[in-house]
Amino acid sequence: MKTIKVMLKVADDVSTDIIYPGRFMATVLPAETPQFAFADNADFNRRLKAGEIPSGSALVAGKNFGCGSSREQAVSTLKGYDLAVIARDISRIFLQSAINLGLNIIICPEIEAAEGDELEITGGKVHNRTSGKSFDTNPLPKARQAIIDAGGLIPYTRKLIMSGK
Amino acid sequence: MAMTYVQKLLAKATARAQTAVGEVLEPQVNLAMSHENGALVISQFEEIYKGTGREAKVWNPDNIAIIFDHRVPAESSKTACNQGKIRGFVAKQGIRKFHDVRGDVGGICHQILPENGYVRPGSVVVGTDSHTTTHGALGAFAFGVGATEMASVWALGRLLNIEVPAAIKVVVNGKLPDYVYAKDLILHIIGRLSAQGANYKVLEFHGGTIRTMPTSGRLTLCNMSVEAGATAGMVPPDEETLRYLREEAGVTDKIETFGPDADAVYAQVLEIDASKLTPQIACPHTVDNVKPISEVKGTKLNQIVIGSCTNGRLDDLEAAAKILKGRRVIDGTRMLVFPASWRIYHKAMDLGYIQDISRAGAVVCNPGCGPCLGIHQGALGDNEVALATTNRNFKGRMGNPKAEVYLCSPAVAAASALTGVITDPTEAK
Repeated sequence: MKTIKVMLKVADDVSTDIIYPGRFMATVLPAETPQFAFADNADFNRRLKAGEIPSGSALVAGKNFGCGSSREQAVSTLKGYDLAVIARDISRIFLQSAINLGLNIIICPEIEAAEGDELEITGGKVHNRTSGKSFDTNPLPKARQAIIDAGGLIPYTRKLIMSGK
Repeated sequence: MAMTYVQKLLAKATARAQTAVGEVLEPQVNLAMSHENGALVISQFEEIYKGTGREAKVWNPDNIAIIFDHRVPAESSKTACNQGKIRGFVAKQGIRKFHDVRGDVGGICHQILPENGYVRPGSVVVGTDSHTTTHGALGAFAFGVGATEMASVWALGRLLNIEVPAAIKVVVNGKLPDYVYAKDLILHIIGRLSAQGANYKVLEFHGGTIRTMPTSGRLTLCNMSVEAGATAGMVPPDEETLRYLREEAGVTDKIETFGPDADAVYAQVLEIDASKLTPQIACPHTVDNVKPISEVKGTKLNQIVIGSCTNGRLDDLEAAAKILKGRRVIDGTRMLVFPASWRIYHKAMDLGYIQDISRAGAVVCNPGCGPCLGIHQGALGDNEVALATTNRNFKGRMGNPKAEVYLCSPAVAAASALTGVITDPTEAK
């Protein structure tokens, strides 16, 4: 069983202005956005850039993660480090863009975890090995499953175009 | 089965007799809007076609609008390059609803779309901007999407796998008191619902206060509906909608309107007595941290901003000009004013509002998003406090995480510019 470590814990209503501050919005390409992830959290941003946050690490969030602006940089910046977002719930536009770009997201309404905790993710549950508690997860919207299965919206749309749909 | 306004709209958009909440549909898009982030949409759009051997051609250039507003004129060479890339794409694809950096037809996307008649009742509008909810004021189902979602719309002309949202019915009755506006009403609603209270739902506005409210106020209501987490804010169209489209937006072709069924089922009903409202202030650092002005008046201010897609319209400038005329913005506080479009700017000049505002000491800047999201002009210094008619006060929003932003109506902003502290305009007259 693969375990992942919580490297950042944030509260409710974390906006895309926090994840990717507006002043970096002229940078748009997914290959270039990761450098500005959580730019106003200087320590976390430095650790990301220094490679101190292993690929696949968890970011644990409260409710309404990714609220506010529709800027997709807020998704591509986290995807660039292959972070897994485990949130109590996720704002609509962020969730849609996360699925479109293939960011690993887990909706876990009761999640309790602190930075440094080790999590095990199995079908339908997040097990916090540090606290010993387990939490149910909610499935991602069924309507978007075909996009998830295709590996994101770009390959999904490409497939539709090629099949003339 | 009785349908809410959004249910009925999506039924018509997909040629169905009815739709149920949660049903998955793929409606055609009537208008797809982007601004400077069109640069990212273009690269995602081209990525879709990579390796297909097909030409990357948008489904219908007449249904696409691109408006430069976030950084006009360009603040950096990077932005200038992005804007240049978009100009090339617009020319190649034959997109005509393109508003470049111009002093005649330019402005903020959420003002340009309504005032040019690009939005119609019953239409489906998506934009790569969360405040696309604004256009629900004209009876459209309008919402923000990410750049990749937009790239897919450019290719296919339809949205993929959208769930029919539930609706919250917001019923507002009573006359708004003097110096209390649509902005105070929507701040009050966001405070009551919370920043998550309408997540994945639509706010559908009803009641006498809404029916007598001009479109400018309805645009403010729908604009900020997203701050309660709503997918969209919607005002079912009425005579005022038609008046606006005919008289202000110059629409001459046929306009079809419909309303929700009287016995439609809503997830929640929120009733508000507008006559009891006082000016409302959203305090740092969340939009739902809303307090009546009495609780925060006297807060010292370094910068005051009037403008944005929320409150940069002619009646907003009028409210400010009436308070500022013949007076002086107090020393130690700077005031910036950003009309929402050049059309508004010119009307405000004709009516003398720009002169009154400028002679009072405010800096009237060119239409655009300005300091609202901290990327162009009017950034804040460390420990500074701003009072703004914009729509978000998140930490760092105005370019500095060590600053604070309060949100209010244009009248509160103007009254506070004279004193340098948060001031109730009902007491300042």
